[in-house]
Amino acid sequence: MRPAAQSLFAAALIDPERPLPEGITAARGKAADRRFAVYRNTVTVTRIDALAAIFPAIERLVGQEAFRSLARLHLVEEPPASPVLFEYGAGFAALLERTEPLRPYPYLADVARLERAWLDAVHAEDALPLDPTALGAIPQERLNDVIFTAHPATRIVESRFAAVSIFSASRGHRPLDGIRPQEPEDGLVTRPGHTVEVRRLAPGAAPFLKALIRGETLAAAASHTLASHPGFALPAALSVLLEAGVFTACTLLPARME
Amino acid sequence: MRSTPCSPQTETPRFSCAPLPPRAGAGLKPGHVDQILADDRPVGFFEVHAENYMGAGGAPHRALTAIRERFPLSVHGVGLSIGSESGIDPTHLERLARVVERYEPAMVSEHLAWSSHETGYFNDLLPVPYTAETLDRVARHVSQVQERLKRRILIENPSTYVLFENSTMAETDFIREIAARSGCGLLLDINNVFVSATNHSFQPLQYLRRFPLELVEEIHLAGHAEDLDDEGEPLLIDAHDRPVAEAVWKLFEIVISQTGPLPTLIEWNNDVPDWPVLRRELSLADAILDRLGPASLLGSRHAAE
Repeated sequence: MRPAAQSLFAAALIDPERPLPEGITAARGKAADRRFAVYRNTVTVTRIDALAAIFPAIERLVGQEAFRSLARLHLVEEPPASPVLFEYGAGFAALLERTEPLRPYPYLADVARLERAWLDAVHAEDALPLDPTALGAIPQERLNDVIFTAHPATRIVESRFAAVSIFSASRGHRPLDGIRPQEPEDGLVTRPGHTVEVRRLAPGAAPFLKALIRGETLAAAASHTLASHPGFALPAALSVLLEAGVFTACTLLPARME
Repeated sequence: MRSTPCSPQTETPRFSCAPLPPRAGAGLKPGHVDQILADDRPVGFFEVHAENYMGAGGAPHRALTAIRERFPLSVHGVGLSIGSESGIDPTHLERLARVVERYEPAMVSEHLAWSSHETGYFNDLLPVPYTAETLDRVARHVSQVQERLKRRILIENPSTYVLFENSTMAETDFIREIAARSGCGLLLDINNVFVSATNHSFQPLQYLRRFPLELVEEIHLAGHAEDLDDEGEPLLIDAHDRPVAEAVWKLFEIVISQTGPLPTLIEWNNDVPDWPVLRRELSLADAILDRLGPASLLGSRHAAE
């Protein structure tokens, strides 16, 4: 095979309009068209199946036929870069966002982001979540200076739509009845035990958690959050986060020199 | 080069060092794990696709660790793209090495095929022409993989749908030469032989007669689908979505009566049945291994181990 032979083979694989690659043949002088089509078909079908395995809620929401058309678009724009297919589909949400016929369903992109985050969490590194009572061991007067380490599975998906409710209904094979898609919902994905959990966060909790994950102290994260969400209830939010297993550790910033 | 995971100087291996037994094994499916762990009938071994365990942690690793603690394990790579013109992707080889270090499997195998290109990963095992140039490349890549993994691997014969005009060697000679140059062992997929034989109008027995059976350390059996080629004649597809075909069982009997009992994997990756159905396929393979293995021509090489 000449150096670029696999490039020609590859180009013909993903473009059925192209002729068969040069030098492809069959025994006893037979034609190779339907034979080469087996490779074309396998590549397309297994790549689409891989995407469908990552985004089952989206597939249920748009229907199988529409999903397969969307998947084909995604394959062209962003083919799988590695054999580790459970990492595929990072750009699929963005494709849903700018696909004209999906305009009436603006929540789909965030549902896809939740599905991608869910699978990230499935495969994230193992780590014991911080015991929710650990904060109790810190002297009251030093709580302001606590900083946290995020659990490897922790993901946040902020949405202007009811992405969490729609994600949960679709994954649970339930109708979307009673869900108001325009209701903003921030989603939290964690893996406190062996299974991944997805929950809605109260308003303000997502920016608060993001600040903590960035390494801000409890006091700094709380004051930033209160500035944008005056009604933010810190103790309640903190206890939800701890129960969800978002952190693995908390430490005190070293006391400042006076 | 050793092909088993443990060497005598290993202080305390985390897992048993036992090799794959010459029994039937199954491709591990996540949906079967609970039933497998609750089933007290023995299974020879389990095989996994390495790529499914290249994540950092979580449920897949918890399940596989539980399996590995009870059964011999074979790690079968599908993404290394050993036939690739652009070389082995060092990142992927490192990922494979981590899986192998983590599970100390009894066997590691890959395919005579390519699946990746600069434009992406095709998720299919694509054919290579059998030329001196490809042979150099494939043998070099197998050696590179073995050096990195610090162990011998097995290379599997492909199922193919097309031929290359520029091929100058028979597939069997090509495979024999890869093994001679790299020192690798071979995985004989008997369904692949049957599929390719039908697709390219040759006799499977002719192929098996030329295949270096003495280098085979594992067998794969699987089901295939039937399609038609441009001339309306049978074109078999390596679908792994149904029971093993009768003709493939017959070939398996012939191989085992030559080689003696070998670790034999039932591959059923699509339309995966319930565990008891897959378990029945394993029993069929075990019955053949029991019946024909001991009287085989080469069987003594295993008895002596």
